Amino acid sequence: MDNLIIGGIELKSRLLIGTGKYSSHDIVPKIIESSGAKIVTMAIRRVNLNSKEENLLEYIPKDCILLPNTSGARNAEEAVRIAKLAKAMGCGNWVKIEVISDNKYLLPDNQETIKATEILAKEGFIVLPYMSPDLMSAKRLLEAGAAAVMPLGSPIGTNRGIRTKELIQILIDEIALPIIVDAGIGRPSEATEAMEMGAAAVLVNTALASANDPVKMAEAFGLAVKAGRLAYNAKLGSESNIAIASSPLTGFLNGGAN
Amino acid sequence: MVINGENMDLKNKLTINELLEILCLTKGRVVVEVNLEIISKDLYESYTLNATDVVEIISFMGGG
Repeated sequence: MDNLIIGGIELKSRLLIGTGKYSSHDIVPKIIESSGAKIVTMAIRRVNLNSKEENLLEYIPKDCILLPNTSGARNAEEAVRIAKLAKAMGCGNWVKIEVISDNKYLLPDNQETIKATEILAKEGFIVLPYMSPDLMSAKRLLEAGAAAVMPLGSPIGTNRGIRTKELIQILIDEIALPIIVDAGIGRPSEATEAMEMGAAAVLVNTALASANDPVKMAEAFGLAVKAGRLAYNAKLGSESNIAIASSPLTGFLNGGAN
Repeated sequence: MVINGENMDLKNKLTINELLEILCLTKGRVVVEVNLEIISKDLYESYTLNATDVVEIISFMGGG
């Protein structure tokens, strides 16, 4: 079976989804169901003391793996603090490391991400670091004990697709860890593209939340990821610069092409 | 006492359980950190807070 294996857990779906940017949590179980996703990200924030908020956990099926992110962290120390808070919720030990101090592009700080990965992996977390695609950083993340590497396709929330394609391909070819394209994917075809390249999985949030019909778009992405993975396993045919006819070049009818 | 960045006038020696009750929060959906130390849930009944404590009450929210 061609399942995704991360941190020793086998998963049928290669699509991870985020829960951000929705005005109400009601839609969350619907997009999880229509996408087929089994890993769901969320953030850690202060509880609003002035208004009653719904509990996000009640909207996520029990068979999903929770992947809290360390968004808000500007350095390794803050990421470690947030990760420990997330773990203290008692819903697992997976964590997406997100260390960002650039507010314009939200590009991650690879150096601090590597530091946080090392600390948290040693403490037994299953660490999925969000990073800017760079081979040396990915090697260090592997050495630091990351369970996967999550390079960005383009900046968070931009729907600009896989602008870092060459660098991601290098990671896929050289790093012996699942490579999960996270951030920037806006179209199902881009998710398929990532999977055809050999990515282990993709993570999308804005692509669904910004769609006119997020539930339908979630279904599209589920199919797109499956299609891309099937294509990768089927091994794509090679490209040619000149035409190679699809129909026979002999036996033409009288008066037809020679 | 500072709770989630807000100054609150609360009686001294409140337990965490009592604080959560005052704030109408259920302990199952939050994590409480006092002076940068995460307090284990089985101590919510007994752990008492001081007027100078800095408390963070956090939970999962939607995110990517």
